[in-house]
Amino acid sequence: MSRARLEAGAGVVTDPTLRRTPLYPAHVAAGARMVPFSGWDMPVQYTGIIEEHRAVRARAGLFDVSHMGEFDIAGPGALPLIQGLVTNDLARLALGQAMYTPMCTPEGGIIDDLLVYRLGDDHLMLVVNAANTAADLAWIRDHAAGNVRVTDRSDGIALLALQGPRAQEILQRLTPAPLADIRYYWFQDEVPIAGRRALVSRTGYTGEDGFEVYADARDAVHLWDAILAEGRRDGVLPAGLGARDTLRLEAGLLLHGNDMDTTTTPLEVGLGWTVKPAKGEFVGAPALRRQKSEGVTRRLVGFTLQDRAIARHGHPIREHGAPIGRVTSGSYGPTVENSIGLGFVPLAYAEPERRLEVEIRGRGAPAVVTKLPFYKRQAAGRPG
Amino acid sequence: MYPKDLRYSKEHEWAKVEGRRVRVGITPFAADRLSDVVYVELPKVGADVAFMQPFGVVESVKAVSDLYSPVSGKDRPEIINTDPYGAWMIVVEPRDVGELKQLMDADAYLALIGEQRS
Repeated sequence: MSRARLEAGAGVVTDPTLRRTPLYPAHVAAGARMVPFSGWDMPVQYTGIIEEHRAVRARAGLFDVSHMGEFDIAGPGALPLIQGLVTNDLARLALGQAMYTPMCTPEGGIIDDLLVYRLGDDHLMLVVNAANTAADLAWIRDHAAGNVRVTDRSDGIALLALQGPRAQEILQRLTPAPLADIRYYWFQDEVPIAGRRALVSRTGYTGEDGFEVYADARDAVHLWDAILAEGRRDGVLPAGLGARDTLRLEAGLLLHGNDMDTTTTPLEVGLGWTVKPAKGEFVGAPALRRQKSEGVTRRLVGFTLQDRAIARHGHPIREHGAPIGRVTSGSYGPTVENSIGLGFVPLAYAEPERRLEVEIRGRGAPAVVTKLPFYKRQAAGRPG
Repeated sequence: MYPKDLRYSKEHEWAKVEGRRVRVGITPFAADRLSDVVYVELPKVGADVAFMQPFGVVESVKAVSDLYSPVSGKDRPEIINTDPYGAWMIVVEPRDVGELKQLMDADAYLALIGEQRS
C-alpha cells in the first residue's frame, strides 16, 4: 500500500497551521478521521463514507461546514456592490430569500460560487468557499465604493447542515418555528433552536431536502449535540466531507477548485442559468455576453464508467486513445451504484450517451456521457 | 489481529508462507485506513511480481493506493489446480443465504462426481 495515502488521515493531525472549527472537539470525541482541507482540519468521515452517504439519502446526516466563509455586506451601497460582482440578478432576490451565483473575473472565469442571503433592504450575507474566503474578501473590498461596510464574520459563525428526508421532522422537534414555511432557497433569521437562535435556510449540497443552520460559533457544540440527540431515533448520523463529496457529485453539484475555477466560465460548466447579462453591467459581463453569442467550445459533462475503476481529478478523457479532455471530479456513487465523474470535453462530445474513455493507470476505461444529475430525489411533497 | 506466523511490509501488506507458495493480502490497519474499498485491480493471471514493486491497486471512495508485492515471483493461477480450497475466487455478501440449502452436502456431491466419473 502506498504510504502517502495511508498516512494522510491516520490519527489526529497535528499540523499546527491547520484551523479548527468550533466543533473540532465534538469530531475528535466522535472518533472522526480528520484530514486537511483548504487549510482546515476537517472530519472526512466518522463511521464510513458509504454508510454516511446512505444515511443522508435514506434518513438524515449532520455536517459541520463551519469552514465556509460568511461576509456581512451592509449599507446603501451593499446591493449595488454585489450586483456588480456576481452573474445572477440580485434584483430578483426578495427579503428572506437566498440565491446561488458565480462571481467572475473580467474574462468570465469563476473566482468562486457563493450564496447571497437578502437579510434586509440594504443588508446581505455572502457564503463563500473556505479555500477562497481571503481572496473573495479582498476582491470585494477592492471593488467597494460608496456607503458600504464589508465585514468578515467567518470566525464568529458556525454552519451546520442537516440534510436528508427526515431533516425537517428532526429539526422541527427542536423549534417552535414552522419549518414547512421555509421554502427551497428561502430562510428565516433568529429561529429559536434548542434554546439558542440561528438563521435557518432550506439549502444544501447533497441533492436531498435539508437545512443549513448559521449559528453563533459559541452555540455550535450545543446545537450539534442537540440535533444528533434528537435525531438518534430517526437514524441521523454525523457525516463528513467524504460523504458530502459523493452526495454532491451524484446530485451533479460542482466543487469550486475541482470542477471550475478562474480558467472556466459559468457557461462552460452548465451554470448558464445563473448568468443574467440583461441585468446590467457586472464584472465579466462583456466576456460572458460574447461567449453566449459565439457559443462555448467545451462543456463540463457527467460520465459513467462501464467498470468499477474510479476516475480521479486530472485523468485524461480520450476517444479512441486520443486525449480530448480531462476529469475534474470522480468517485464511486453509493446510491447510483456506479463509478461516476465530471470532466471537460469538446462540445461535439458533450451529448448524453456519447461513448468516451477515461485513462486510468494507462488503460482506457470505457465511459458514457450521462445527463446530470446522476441522482434526483423523488419529490415527496416537499419544496424544491 | 496480527498473526505471528505472517511477515509484514512497511507498505502494509502481509505475506503468509504456505509450503512453496506465498499468499499476500493487506493488513487490518491498511483496510481500516483505506475505508470504503470499491475496487481492486489485480495483475493479469500469471504475471510476474517483484519485491516491493506495485502489482495492483485498491480504490477506496477517496483515494487509490498501490499494492506492493512483499516477495518476487510469479502469480500462480495454477494453484486453482493444486489447491482449489485455498484458491477461492470471490467473496459474496449473500442476498439470501438460504440459497445455499439448495446446494449439496459433501456426501451428495461425492455421489454426483462419483456418477460422472463412472
